Amino acid sequence: MPSHPIRGGDRIFRAAAMAAATIALFLVLGIAYTLLEGSYPSVGRFGLGFILGTEWDPAIKMAFGALPLIWGTLVTSAIALLLGVPVSLGVGLLLSEFAPRRSRFPLSLLVELLAAVPSVVYGLWGIFILAPTLRDFVYPALQAALGFLPSFSGSYSGLGVLTAGIILAIMIVPTVSAVSREVFSAVPNSQREAFFAIGATRWEVARHVFSYARSGVIGAVTLGLGRALGETMAVTMVIGNRFEIPSSLFQPGYTMAALIASEFNEATDPLYVSSIVEVGLLLFAITLSVSIVARLLVRRSMKLFREVGNE
Amino acid sequence: MKDILLKRRVKGRIYIALCYGALAVALVPLLSILLVTTSKALPVIDSQFVTQLPAPVGSPGGGIANAIQGTAIVVGVASLIGIPVGVLSGIYLSEYGGKLADLVRFLNEVLTGFPSIVVGLFVWGTIVMTLHHFAAIAGSIALSILMIPVVSRTTEESLKLVPKDLREAALALGIPKWRTTLSIVLSSGRNGVITGSILAVSRVAGETAPMLLTSLSSSFWFSSLDQPVATLPITIYYYAISPFVDLQNKAWGAAFLLMAFLLATSVSVRVISGRRVTA
Amino acid sequence: MVVVAVLAIVGVGLLAASLLQGGPSGTAPGFRGQLQGAGATFPYPFYSKLAAEYSKVVPGVQVNYNSIGSGGGIRQFTDKTVDFGASDAPLTGAQYSGVEGVLHVPMVIGGVVAAYNVPGLSSGLRLTGDVLARIFLGEITSWGDQDIRSLNPSLDLPDKPIVVVHRSDGSGTTFVWTQYLSTVSEAWASRVGASTSVNWPVGLGGSGNNGVAGLIQQNPYSIGYVEYTYAVLNDMTVVYLQNAAGMFVPPTAEAFSAAAEAASLSLPRGDQSWSQVSIVRALANDTRAGAAYPVTSFTYVLIYRDMSVVPGMNLDKARALVKFLWWAIHEGQSYAQPLGYVPLPSSVVTLDEATLRMVTFSGEPLL
Repeated sequence: MPSHPIRGGDRIFRAAAMAAATIALFLVLGIAYTLLEGSYPSVGRFGLGFILGTEWDPAIKMAFGALPLIWGTLVTSAIALLLGVPVSLGVGLLLSEFAPRRSRFPLSLLVELLAAVPSVVYGLWGIFILAPTLRDFVYPALQAALGFLPSFSGSYSGLGVLTAGIILAIMIVPTVSAVSREVFSAVPNSQREAFFAIGATRWEVARHVFSYARSGVIGAVTLGLGRALGETMAVTMVIGNRFEIPSSLFQPGYTMAALIASEFNEATDPLYVSSIVEVGLLLFAITLSVSIVARLLVRRSMKLFREVGNE
Repeated sequence: MKDILLKRRVKGRIYIALCYGALAVALVPLLSILLVTTSKALPVIDSQFVTQLPAPVGSPGGGIANAIQGTAIVVGVASLIGIPVGVLSGIYLSEYGGKLADLVRFLNEVLTGFPSIVVGLFVWGTIVMTLHHFAAIAGSIALSILMIPVVSRTTEESLKLVPKDLREAALALGIPKWRTTLSIVLSSGRNGVITGSILAVSRVAGETAPMLLTSLSSSFWFSSLDQPVATLPITIYYYAISPFVDLQNKAWGAAFLLMAFLLATSVSVRVISGRRVTA
Repeated sequence: MVVVAVLAIVGVGLLAASLLQGGPSGTAPGFRGQLQGAGATFPYPFYSKLAAEYSKVVPGVQVNYNSIGSGGGIRQFTDKTVDFGASDAPLTGAQYSGVEGVLHVPMVIGGVVAAYNVPGLSSGLRLTGDVLARIFLGEITSWGDQDIRSLNPSLDLPDKPIVVVHRSDGSGTTFVWTQYLSTVSEAWASRVGASTSVNWPVGLGGSGNNGVAGLIQQNPYSIGYVEYTYAVLNDMTVVYLQNAAGMFVPPTAEAFSAAAEAASLSLPRGDQSWSQVSIVRALANDTRAGAAYPVTSFTYVLIYRDMSVVPGMNLDKARALVKFLWWAIHEGQSYAQPLGYVPLPSSVVTLDEATLRMVTFSGEPLL
């Protein structure tokens, strides 16, 4: 084909669009590179021991380690999943299978409004409403019932690991419920019809839908996990910011994101700064892996449904 | 037989009721936040609150007007960067495809909802260190990084819904692909693109963590893009953790304004698009 | 579409409003714009007032002070991301030798107090340095502990667990406080030490003096340390600490002033290292300074001797900064007392004047 002025425009446009698209790739690589570069001094100094280190001493020993941060991040996220996932799945099933059709749109809108509340406002509400309420009403009851367990022993101020976990649970509900609802809705109707045909009750049909969409559900949960791992503001405002693996869930703790937000701007020594960047690197690695796994799972289940539905 | 059926029915009803209960549990915090924020904010919000600069520490009065202005500017500039790039990216994914597009599509999904503090670290390490101070533009860039994957995905989804015939007809008429895409496909799918963009804007308007490391804060009006600037989320954070009751009340006021904006955009986007926009 | 239009209009309107703000279009020559400072939360109420008043004295010059903690102030100063830094902790020997041409300018004197929130108790709880250190070490865990009771026989102390509150960020206030604890407790000195950021044995972490004060307010039975002004502005109950002379001293501006005088430190020149300057250490063994409050400190502004090393600085801006600092150590001192700080003694003002006269821009002196 002879060269045509219009072809030139097409080439430029395509190049521009491709450039815009590959920014995503450069961003991921760029973030990884910047974090690696910034954490190089502390990686060199502490090596793999950083992950297992339990000291954070910028004063005397200049020793830094991330284990309590990793523990705090994982435990608060675990609490968030334990409390938030059953609620989210219940809501997801409700909006996909049970609720009257007319109400599904407004109800799902309401649930998604939870996602419109910014993290810092959750933190504000957490400091002044949630933490005092937990401290004055819920925690005493919890301790009365479960106080024999070390996890629920000791004094409490309302700010701590459990409170952070609870706020995270609330924050992941919109994500997990929305994605799981999508996954449930994508289950082909042929499955439902088959079960109804053999006389199943509505709940039994829903249970089948749930197990059919298993891997998608796991994907939704993993997505929620990804969100919980990276949450910063709400956590740092209610967790107590204490670098320690606490003996009780009522005690204060720390997460990777909360430490970075609290201490980055104030770190004076280069090794101190580098250690915080390394914490950022760990956070990046963990959330990236979880995110990749989550998306893969959701995709796989959606693809499966499309194939089955086309039979 | 009848007994078993009854048992199954009852069990089912109980579980369904539990699902309704889950919904109630999910909505309680939302209602609490909305009610508390509104009730604590209304006494605080007056014309002084939205038009004046903050008063010196310990003195009464003053407002958060600079934070409102700062958020508008930082988010505005972020949109100027993030929306065009995101739309172009979505166009590439939808109209061109290929292995690279598959990779980018996957990365977009992964980047959506990424911890914003890590993005803040990245922008600090690159832009702030290069500029040698905290700057509004650094904050805008951080926010645009958070926006691009969202806009890209929603654009791609909207454009994919545009029927193939439209493109083929245009090409058959001799219109070059780039014109086709911009004038015809894009305008046909514009609803989805617009709602996706608005969604992305509302997502980043409430971000605090990256601002801590990029645009920091200021007690004055916006002066220039390479200087720190006040933003609503940062103001809420600093005021919320302060011991001054006056500032704490102002934090509720600022939270109310921020949420009013976010809720309005959220609701309007859903209503416009009619269906759930994946975000 | 309507929504988009509305949002666009609002956005444009706000942008327009902001551009109209601009600033007074006076005809006075020289720098107009913002001077960026960052650092200690300790003097933030004072600097905030200074900035507000100075903008009336020299309209067009806005001093924007970001109160992020002394650690942040030192960091931003060495990174050259601000025009001036602020810290209650002077640069350590290592930090000082790592930076070329730094000037320390003490701006005001303040005190760090132990504030507590025990329902039913008002100000005046008496504590010795040793008991205080053991509380912060986590060795004394209850308000009803015998050691606290024996110091306060007339008070009805509850048997409730003590919630310790400290700073989670790098803080000059922490530096001063841990210096004090190091002088009164060997255990503290060897296990934790004195620095802007330490490995706290127990307690909740708050961000800034603000954050700590907030945590104390919201947590009954808590105790923490804050700069005096924060305690005053928020009506907090404070400890009467025992000084080296054995007196239990209520924290007041007079007590801080007495401390500064008794310390009678021989201060270095502005361009020398100030790492050894410490009112706390000077008073640690002073058994005669009966009225002195032991946890008193200078707070410093850090600037470069040659302003041209700061990116974005020009001759006019550097001059404007030095003029602001000059005003701050003279007229600005009148705002210290009402806020609970102690104005600089005249000997220190003279020292600062000499320091400010050293500042140049590429060799050209600014004053």
